[in-house]
Amino acid sequence: MAKKSDNPKKINGFSMQFLPYSEIQYLNSNERIKKILNIVLGNNILILQGKLKSEEEARLIGDTMAMIGHVQGFKGIELAVIGGNGDYSLMDKLKKGIANILIKGDIGSITIIGPATIVKEIKRNPKKIELLLNK
Amino acid sequence: MEIKVFKNFFKKVFSGIFRNKKEIKLGFYGPPNAGKTSLANRICKDFTGEEIGNVSKIPHETRSVQFKEKVEIKYKGKSMQFKMIDTPGIATKIDYEDFLKYNLSKKEAKTRAKEATQGIVESIKWLDDMDVVVIVLDASENPYNQVNITIIGNLVARKIPVLIVANKIDLRKADVKKIEAAFPEYEVIGISARNGTNLEEFYESVFKLSKKI
Repeated sequence: MAKKSDNPKKINGFSMQFLPYSEIQYLNSNERIKKILNIVLGNNILILQGKLKSEEEARLIGDTMAMIGHVQGFKGIELAVIGGNGDYSLMDKLKKGIANILIKGDIGSITIIGPATIVKEIKRNPKKIELLLNK
Repeated sequence: MEIKVFKNFFKKVFSGIFRNKKEIKLGFYGPPNAGKTSLANRICKDFTGEEIGNVSKIPHETRSVQFKEKVEIKYKGKSMQFKMIDTPGIATKIDYEDFLKYNLSKKEAKTRAKEATQGIVESIKWLDDMDVVVIVLDASENPYNQVNITIIGNLVARKIPVLIVANKIDLRKADVKKIEAAFPEYEVIGISARNGTNLEEFYESVFKLSKKI
């Protein structure tokens, strides 16, 4: 949990929380988003194994926007999905596809979601990812 | 999801029957300050003589969905009628303090932030109602942004044709190739909405995509 200093804008620390895909695998979209937002609202940076469906990502953004102004100090989130779209051979794609069907999700990716008060920016390009934090 | 599939099926059947009477809903989506309204204005001005909305250097100038109906675009002897839908830029965070840099008062900045959050929610809701979507990106910015991927993912899931526009090619930092590399599965057209550069190619792609629906 991030420690709050006397200055409300300054954060002295933060924590990262890993959520394995098995924790959200059987949850419906509402429950998944609720779980994710609970973690992020606790000032944690969430590292989620796998990724949400694109509809769930859009829903997460919408729910986040609805919270700004209603949850004190909350300014939104930073979100990035890494991996899962590399150049795979046909056989690898097939294997990945079968694995995804069996688990009903894509665990070949990692999703990073952090509160905007802590995470300034997640910079991505094909070769690297940088997590820039607020001072 | 099943309801959406049925809805899309009936939409396709009926749009096929009434194709000549219907106007195509052309949405402009993308991150804030990419030039969605500038492009929509340029098209509306060229074909109707009127603009769709205001533009500004301050992000989130468009904070509610704006329309212009019955815009008949004529290109190479062909014409198609569109309902232009300009949407607020989608972001994952809004901080009213960011607007203070643009000399807005604290009250104005807070109001703008509140309206911007509502605009984003509205933009997302409108994703269901588009026929064709133009994703407008700033060619001088890093395209590897999750918001862009999320918007495209949602359009693909709804089987809505997508065209990516790399706007602001007049800027020195503009890099259309970077956008093409980020979205290799999509057609990317480099344009300058401000100068009206390469709009012919843009219209050709819009017509091609609109025929698919």
